[in-house]
Amino acid sequence: MTAFLSVRDLSVRFSTEDGTVRAVDGLSFTLERGRTLGIVGESGSGKSVTNLAVLGLHDPRTTEIHGEIMLDGQELTGAPESVLEKLRGNKAAMVFQDSLTALSPYYTVGRQIAEPYRKHTGASRREARLRAVEMLRRVGIPQPELRVDDYPHQFSGGMRQRAMIAMALVCDPELLIADEPTTALDVTVQAQIIDLLQELQQETGAAIILITHDLGVVAGTVDDLLVMYAGRAVEQGPVREVLRAPRHPYTWGLLGSMPRLSGSVDEPLTPIPGTPPSLLAPPPGCPFHPRCGYVGAVDGGAGDRCRTERPGLPPGRGAACHLPEELQRSVFAEQIRPRLG
Amino acid sequence: MSDKVSPPGPREAVATGEPLLVAESLTKHFPVRGGFPVRRTVGAVQAVDGIDLTVRAGESFGLVGESGCGKSTTGRLLTRLLEPSAGRILYRGRDITHASRKQFAPVRSEIQMIFQDPYASLNPRQTVGRIVSGPMEINGIEPPGGREARVQELLETVGLNPEHYNRFPHEFSGGQRQRIGVARALALEPKVVVADEPVSALDVSIQAQVVNLLQRLQRELGIAFLFIAHDLAVVRHVSHRVAVMYLGRIVEVGTRDDIYGRPRHPYTHALLSAVPVLGDGASPRERIRLTGDVPSPIAPPSGCRFRTRCWKARDRCAVEAPPLARADGSAEGHLSACHFPEPPATADSGGAVRPGGRSGTAGQPGRG
Amino acid sequence: MLRFLARRSLGALVIIVLISAITFALFFALPAQPALMSCGKNCTPEAVALINKNLGLDQPVPVQYWHYMAGIFTGRDFTVGHCPAPCFGYSFSNQQPVWGTIVDRFPTTLSITLGGAAVFLVVGVGIGMIAAAFRGTWIDKFFSSLSLVGNSLQIYFVGVIALAVFVSGLHWMDNPAYYPITENPVKWFTGMLIPWLVLSIIFIANYSRMTRSQMIEQLGEDHVRTARAKGLGRRTVFFRYAWRGALAPIVTIFGIDLGSLFGGAIITEFTFSLHGLGRLAVSSVSETDLPTLMAVMLVGCTAIVVANIVVDAAYAVIDPRVRLA
Repeated sequence: MTAFLSVRDLSVRFSTEDGTVRAVDGLSFTLERGRTLGIVGESGSGKSVTNLAVLGLHDPRTTEIHGEIMLDGQELTGAPESVLEKLRGNKAAMVFQDSLTALSPYYTVGRQIAEPYRKHTGASRREARLRAVEMLRRVGIPQPELRVDDYPHQFSGGMRQRAMIAMALVCDPELLIADEPTTALDVTVQAQIIDLLQELQQETGAAIILITHDLGVVAGTVDDLLVMYAGRAVEQGPVREVLRAPRHPYTWGLLGSMPRLSGSVDEPLTPIPGTPPSLLAPPPGCPFHPRCGYVGAVDGGAGDRCRTERPGLPPGRGAACHLPEELQRSVFAEQIRPRLG
Repeated sequence: MSDKVSPPGPREAVATGEPLLVAESLTKHFPVRGGFPVRRTVGAVQAVDGIDLTVRAGESFGLVGESGCGKSTTGRLLTRLLEPSAGRILYRGRDITHASRKQFAPVRSEIQMIFQDPYASLNPRQTVGRIVSGPMEINGIEPPGGREARVQELLETVGLNPEHYNRFPHEFSGGQRQRIGVARALALEPKVVVADEPVSALDVSIQAQVVNLLQRLQRELGIAFLFIAHDLAVVRHVSHRVAVMYLGRIVEVGTRDDIYGRPRHPYTHALLSAVPVLGDGASPRERIRLTGDVPSPIAPPSGCRFRTRCWKARDRCAVEAPPLARADGSAEGHLSACHFPEPPATADSGGAVRPGGRSGTAGQPGRG
Repeated sequence: MLRFLARRSLGALVIIVLISAITFALFFALPAQPALMSCGKNCTPEAVALINKNLGLDQPVPVQYWHYMAGIFTGRDFTVGHCPAPCFGYSFSNQQPVWGTIVDRFPTTLSITLGGAAVFLVVGVGIGMIAAAFRGTWIDKFFSSLSLVGNSLQIYFVGVIALAVFVSGLHWMDNPAYYPITENPVKWFTGMLIPWLVLSIIFIANYSRMTRSQMIEQLGEDHVRTARAKGLGRRTVFFRYAWRGALAPIVTIFGIDLGSLFGGAIITEFTFSLHGLGRLAVSSVSETDLPTLMAVMLVGCTAIVVANIVVDAAYAVIDPRVRLA
C-alpha cells in the first residue's frame, strides 16, 4: 500500500546567473494521514524548497524538478497547472512563516479566507463570508463577525498567524504544510499557535508537515522527524528516537549548538565549525564531510569514503552517514551525550 | 573558527563588581501625533517606563522580553543613541543622561554596541579594515604599532583571518559578518558592550559560534555585556544576571539561577514555560498558556501592566502598580514586581499554578 | 479621509501662497522696470511714472502683492477700468486681462494632457504588464528594447517626422490644431491625435519599464505566493494580487506627471503650433510679460499641488495600510 504522501528521489534545481543551484537532491520521505512530519534544517537546507515543490509553486522557467511526489495516489511532479490549482488550498494547503508579508495587505482577512473557499467549492459570496467567520472563530479570533472585515495590518502577529491557518484550513485540506509557522512570533504566542495546530489536527485528521529550524518546536509536536542539510536528508526516524539518540554528526552538531533552559551552563556550546557549503558546487561525497569531526573514524582513519561516496539514508530510522551504526550509537552515547547536559 | 574558551571565571567576584552602567527611572516615551487642524501630541508610546538597572564591571547582564517590551529601546538609551524622556543614566557614577557630544566623547569609546542584523549594520562599500578601524579613526586613536596591525589583531581575536583586511562585507557569511561587527565594537577597548539581539539573525550552528565568541571575549577581556535578546535559552547561557521586561517595565531581575530556577513573577514563569524544549516527549512539562496579546504601549493597563493576561490578577493589581522589590523568600538582589508572587519554588515544579479561564483576547484554555 | 483632505488643502493653500509670494518678490523686485516694457519706444519718464501709477507699481512690493492676491478673489480696479475676479492683472504685452488669456489657453493644454495621459497610461502600463507576464521571453526583450528606443526619442524629432509622414506625406490627417470638444468632437479628436501619440512615446517607455519592474517585484512577494498556494489561477493572482501592489507607485508617478503637464506641455505645444499654457509661459518670459508669467506659474503650481493631494488620497484608497489623518 502506498503512503498518503510519498516523495521519492526528489531533486529541485534552480538555474541562476551563477550556475545551477542544487537546492534539493535525492530526497525521499512518506507521510500518513493524521500524522505529523517535522522537517528540520538551517537556512538553505532545502526544507522550504521541498514543500513548495510538493504544491508545484516553483517558477517552472527556472526550476527543474525530478523524482516522484505522490499525494493520495496522484502524481504531482509534472502535473498540469490546472490539476495543481484544484489541489492547492483544497486538498493540500500551506501556512507560511511571516504572516505580515504572506497575507496581501490590500484585501480584508475575511476576503482572503473566503477566496479559496469560493474557488474550490463554488460557494456564493454570502456563504463564503459565513464560512470565513466560522473559520476565524475556530482558530480563536475573538469577535470574528467584526474582525472578518479587518485588514491584516489591523491584526497582531499572533492573530495574523491564526488567520493564515484559518485560510489554509478553509477547505478542510488533508495535507497541511506549515513552513516555519511560529518563527516570527514571540514564545508565548508561538506556544498558542503550536497548540492550535495540534488541536485542529485532532479535529480534522489531516497530515501535517511542520518545517522549522527549531528542534525545540519539533520535540513535543511531531511524530516523525527528517533532518536536512545542504539539500539532502541526513537523518530520519520517530522524533523521540532521533532526539534521544541522534546518529548523524550534523544532528549532534545542531543539538550541541542549542543553549538549554536547564542543566549546566558552565560548558560552552559545541557549535559546528565552518559554514554550510554553497549549493552551486556542493562537496562530493557526503555534503557534511568538510565540517564533520568524525571523518577520521570512517574506514580506519582515511575517510576517503566520506569525500567520494555519498552515504544513503536507510528508510524508517537511520542516518545518511558512513559511520557504522554501532559507532554512531557509541560515539553519541560516550562523547556527545555527556556534553549536552 | 577556533573558539577556545578559558575556564569560567569566579562568578562571585563578578557579581560584586562595581556598578558601571546604571539606569535610574529611565523613561522613553515616543510622542504620538494627531489632531486637527494643527497636529499635536495626543499620546505617547510608553516604550520604556521608569526602569532601574545596573550593569556591573565585568558582568554579563541579560535583558529579555518579547517584541515591543522596550528592551531594544533601553539598549539605545543606554548607548545614548536615543534621548531619554526622563530618568538618569550613570556611567561610573557620572551622569551622562544629557551629556553633550563633547562631554560624552571620552565615555563614548568605553560604551560600544553590537547590532542584530549583520547585513544591514556594515557599510557594504567599506573594506573590513576600514569598518573595524573606523571607530579608531573617528576618535583619533593611534594604537601603538598602527591601526592596521591593531585591526588584524582584532580580526584574529574574533576568529577571522587577518588577511581578510581588504575584503568587503558581502564576501563573508552571516556569522562572519557578525564577527566583523564584534571586532568593530572591540576596537576601542570598551568597558561595556551593549549587544542588541546579536545572534538572532543567525542559524543555530552559527549562532553557537558567535555565542561562544562573545562569552570568551567577555571572560578574557573582562568586558561588561548588556545582552539584549528574546531567546531565553541564549540569555541564560551568556548572562550572570537577567532582567525580564514586559511592556516597558522590568518585572523581575535576579541572578540567572534566580530567574530560571526560582522565578517569582507570573510573567517570567509563563515565559519560561512557553519555550519549547528538547525533551523525549515522555514527560510533558507543565505549560502555562498566556492568552491574548501584549496590550498597546500607547494605553497600557493601569496598575500592573501584566494583569490583563495574568491568571492571578485581583482588583488590587488594577489599582496599584507593584514596585520592583524583594519578595518574601527571594534571595538578596532578586527583585520582582508582583503583588502576588509565585511561590519560591523551582521552575520545574512550579506548575502548581495554572491559568484560569481568564477572559483574554484570542483565548484558549491552558493545558496541563 | 475628509480630515486629511481638509488638512492637506489648507497646507496646499499655504504652499501656493508662499510660492506666489516668492515668485512675486523675484519678479517685481527685479531691477528690470516693468513699466518700460509696456511703455514702448518713445518713452518719457512721465509716461513711465504714469504707467507705474496705473499699474500700482509705485507702491511698496508687499502692498503690491496684497493687491495682487486680493484681486484674484475680489477683482481689482485699475485706472483703465475694473478687472473682475479672478483678476491676475493685465498683460504687459497685449493689455488684455491675463485671466481671459488663461481661460482661452487652458482647454488646449487640458486636451493635450488628458488625451496624452490616457494614451501613455493605458499603453505604457499595458506593455509593462505584458512584459512582466512574459518576462525573460522574446516578448519581454522586444518591449524592453522598444522602450529603450522610445526613451531616447525626443518629442520635436518624432513630432516633425510624424507631421512629415502623416500630414504632408500621406495626407491621412490635417495639421494638428485645437477645436473645442463642445463644438466638434470629431475634429477635436483628429486634431489632437498626433500630439497625443507623440507626447505619449516617451512616457510610454517610462511607464512600461516602471510597470514591468513593479510587477516583477510584486510577483515575487510572499503574499502572491500565498495566493497561488490557495489554488487561485495565474490570471487571478496576476491581476488581483500583483497588479494591486504595483498600482500604488504607478499612481504616484502618474499624478506628478499629470500635474506638471497641466502647467503646459511646452515642447509638444511648440512642435505642433498649439496655443496652450506652455506656449503662453514661454512667450511671456521672452516678452517679460510679468503678470502673465505670474498667472501661468500660479496655475502650474496649483496643478502640481492638487495632483499631489489627489495622489495621496488615491494611495489611501489603494493601500488600506495608509491611514490619512
